[in-house]
Amino acid sequence: MKYIDEYRNARLAQSIVAEIRRIQTRPWVIMEVCGGQTHSIVKHGIDRLLPEGVELVHGPGCPVCVTPLEMIDKAHAIAIRPGVIFCSFGDMLRVPGSHGDLFALKSQGADIRVVYSPLDCLKIARANPDRRVVFFAIGFETTAPANAMLVFRAHQEGVKNVSVLVSHSLVPPSITYILQSPQNRVQGFLGPGHVCAIMGYREYEPVSARYKVPIVVTGFEPLDLLQGTLMVVRQLEAGTAIVENQYSRILDRDGNVPARKLVNSVFEVADRKWRGVGWISKSGYKLRWEFRDHDAEKIFEVKEIDTQEPAECISGQILKGIKKPHDCPVFGTVCTPLTPLGATMVSAEGACAAYYAYGRHLDRQKPQTVVQIGGAA
Amino acid sequence: MCLAIPGKVLEEFDRNGMRMAKVQFGGIVREASLDYVPSAKTGDYVLVHVGFAISTVDAEEAARTYQLLEDMDQLTELSAPVVDEITARKPQ
Repeated sequence: MKYIDEYRNARLAQSIVAEIRRIQTRPWVIMEVCGGQTHSIVKHGIDRLLPEGVELVHGPGCPVCVTPLEMIDKAHAIAIRPGVIFCSFGDMLRVPGSHGDLFALKSQGADIRVVYSPLDCLKIARANPDRRVVFFAIGFETTAPANAMLVFRAHQEGVKNVSVLVSHSLVPPSITYILQSPQNRVQGFLGPGHVCAIMGYREYEPVSARYKVPIVVTGFEPLDLLQGTLMVVRQLEAGTAIVENQYSRILDRDGNVPARKLVNSVFEVADRKWRGVGWISKSGYKLRWEFRDHDAEKIFEVKEIDTQEPAECISGQILKGIKKPHDCPVFGTVCTPLTPLGATMVSAEGACAAYYAYGRHLDRQKPQTVVQIGGAA
Repeated sequence: MCLAIPGKVLEEFDRNGMRMAKVQFGGIVREASLDYVPSAKTGDYVLVHVGFAISTVDAEEAARTYQLLEDMDQLTELSAPVVDEITARKPQ
């Protein structure tokens, strides 16, 4: 237990905050990219520990959140086909499509199964040779090696009744997109640790150099996040813009080479739509032609589905770091984790859901209360 | 769902040419592929994401990270149903 005490070492945390305060001369806006980091920041109140001029904004790095509504509707259309066993990570089951969620379809009789690993689909397909097993292959780069392995093994072992509905997103094109926006406020990034455990961080170097932004690949423990923030602020104050690695105990510049190799042999880069954001060029994966027999979109020929997101939802601006959950008039009232209106509320790692989970929707009322009490006195 | 969970490799085995392991996460044991971390062996701690080891870690890091993930309620993927030859045949 000694080490657990160590990570909660308040003194060390305070000394990092004091150092940020000491070196900071101007306001800075820093984005953490990964949804796991967002969750940790909000849970531990790290954004509130920082000096006022250092603002953390929350990026697009939650794969469940950014899976487009059209893709969820497609998943639902496939899941209700006769003879289909539809498999998914548990996180996707409660995400509403245009008409209900996968849980609802399951209760209506569709064979929908939660799997721990994509490889479970191989076992299910072998045990049910007369059925078609479809896996909802969502995720960022961290999940791509697992999803790629399912396709690779199914192809190699001749398990023909397995296919994947691919909705894969890539981090570097999304941060490039954010930096290109005329409304951009982000001046530095905390890079996603577990994504870079697979990919390394070479591909972040041209982004950092071109847009002159520091990027520090960071873990998700409280001290990691504070230290990563300090490293970004140091660079901003010094006017440098390079990629640094705060998370060197887990990853290096090259990432996981065997995993990357398999991902590249199964997937190729393609344009992708991001929920709340729209199309981003070369920001996702699709299956390579050799694996077309395992492509659920080709096998099931689901028609393109046109969907409409609620006009009041500002998740697109939140994902780009332009706004925060509190800027939304329906945050925590009409829009809650049980009744999500858009991307950032549909998963626990979305900024709105994280704010809600830790009671920040209640904050809005607090200043009013203070004013009333002051007035009465 | 992008966070990997640390666990201890209890034993290694082969399944259809894949290098697999039984990995212990707190009180739960699940299977994971070691194909992406060829150096990992019994007794090592590995970071596992959706059934695949992606990196090795030391015991201290593993204990700290596991505790943090538990505090953040980020261990739910470990409770997904186990698929074996019998359960694979039936709807959940």
